[in-house]
Amino acid sequence: MSARATGATAARVIRQLRRDPRTIALVIVVPLMLIALFKWVFDGQPQTFDRIGGPLVGIFPLITMFLVTSITMLRERVTGTLERLMTMPLSKLDLLAGYGIAFAAVAAVQGAIVAGVSFLLLGLDVAGSELAVVALAVLNAVLGMALGLLASAFARTEFQAVQFMPAFIFPQLLLCGLFVPRAQMAPALEALSWALPMTYAYDALERVTVNGELGSRGIVDVIVVIAAALLSLTLAALTLRRRTP
Amino acid sequence: MDQTAQQVEASSAAIEVDGLEVVRGGKTVLPGISLRIGAGRVTGLLGPSGSGKTTLIRAIAGVQIVEAGRVAVLGAPAGTPALRSRVGYVTQAPSIYGDLTVGENLGYFGRIVGVETERIAEVIEMVGLGAEEHQVVGTLSGGQRSRASLATALLNRPELLLLDEPTVGLDPVLRAALWGTFAELAAAGTTLLVSSHVMDEASHCDSLLLLREGRIAFDGSPQLLRERTGSEDLEAAFLRLIERAEAGG
Repeated sequence: MSARATGATAARVIRQLRRDPRTIALVIVVPLMLIALFKWVFDGQPQTFDRIGGPLVGIFPLITMFLVTSITMLRERVTGTLERLMTMPLSKLDLLAGYGIAFAAVAAVQGAIVAGVSFLLLGLDVAGSELAVVALAVLNAVLGMALGLLASAFARTEFQAVQFMPAFIFPQLLLCGLFVPRAQMAPALEALSWALPMTYAYDALERVTVNGELGSRGIVDVIVVIAAALLSLTLAALTLRRRTP
Repeated sequence: MDQTAQQVEASSAAIEVDGLEVVRGGKTVLPGISLRIGAGRVTGLLGPSGSGKTTLIRAIAGVQIVEAGRVAVLGAPAGTPALRSRVGYVTQAPSIYGDLTVGENLGYFGRIVGVETERIAEVIEMVGLGAEEHQVVGTLSGGQRSRASLATALLNRPELLLLDEPTVGLDPVLRAALWGTFAELAAAGTTLLVSSHVMDEASHCDSLLLLREGRIAFDGSPQLLRERTGSEDLEAAFLRLIERAEAGG
């Protein structure tokens, strides 16, 4: 592994994103718009907005980065740049770590802006530290990126990659406990939710936003999220083939 | 060829392929071919489209899954990690980032292969893209894009350059200029394997490899091809060769 190649890859991915200001605007504006929608949809029940809004600030980066990464990586595969990189003195880890650093940086900016607007302008109120919410948002973004890199291996076209979002992400969003407490779900679904990484991402956020602190269970959640991201990155590395049919 | 000549040829070969068999999409593209490609010269890999040129180049670059056979490149099995900084491979479709400028693309790949920044300006000049350095690749013409892709492979001065149809879509002036660059690189000791489906490009090569339906139809110098077929025009020579092969069964 080489710091030079990793750094070069991270800088290149960020430079590509900067060439596409509309995507950057969407990455920032869409979560803000949805959180504002939540605020006014639950106009009559501000406590519901606080309960859902806080975790949502931390979950959005996961969703955005999943989508952005799976499309970016798919483009690398389709345009032949991935094949070129695979013939060069670049380790797969350099490539994946470069992606990870670039998208974590984007997620930090996204998380900070979305959290800033939600807490300061929209009056979102959480029990714990706002900074902890942003930190968890960045961690979740890395998980989203890792899942996106893995998902991109199974898509042949951008149409397919976009469909992976409802296929991979929406069920996790429904089962993670954000909308309905997991204990109230059908037992089979509750059991399934234990196997989904977003459940742990949400649980950690809920502990910070409702209980006011992570606690030991929250730390276990964070460890599970990190492990899920690493597992996903390892599987993604296995899908990067130097030889193809 | 006598024993000594064979040994000399083998020792100066940059690429040695033995019994290479490749199946792609359920179809046998290379049915088991063997060949030698000499070091420090331009070898033209010619043949109609679908004859297996790209597959052979991919196997030599080490990116192709092969059924059987042995491919040795610069003395090591194709695709070994040590070869990644010694072999440059340019695919037929330009493989560079369309949303970055020419300079940014080369800057990125340059850092991957670890070359000094001055080298970037050098390769941009070599492919004649000096005026387009700050232009986003997506806005370049097809020919400019493939030259930018070629420049990337030149960055770390590879000992072996594998170029798949590098002159497609270029005007005659640029094509001549590129063949001039290839000759200069070969004179400086680089081995080049250049594929093309345009027979008149064969005259620029030191030696020729004619591929037809995955088999070698001819292996030798352009001069030998002319002599053997009694045709000065290389395109006509190739056609005559195929006619003979078909007549001979």
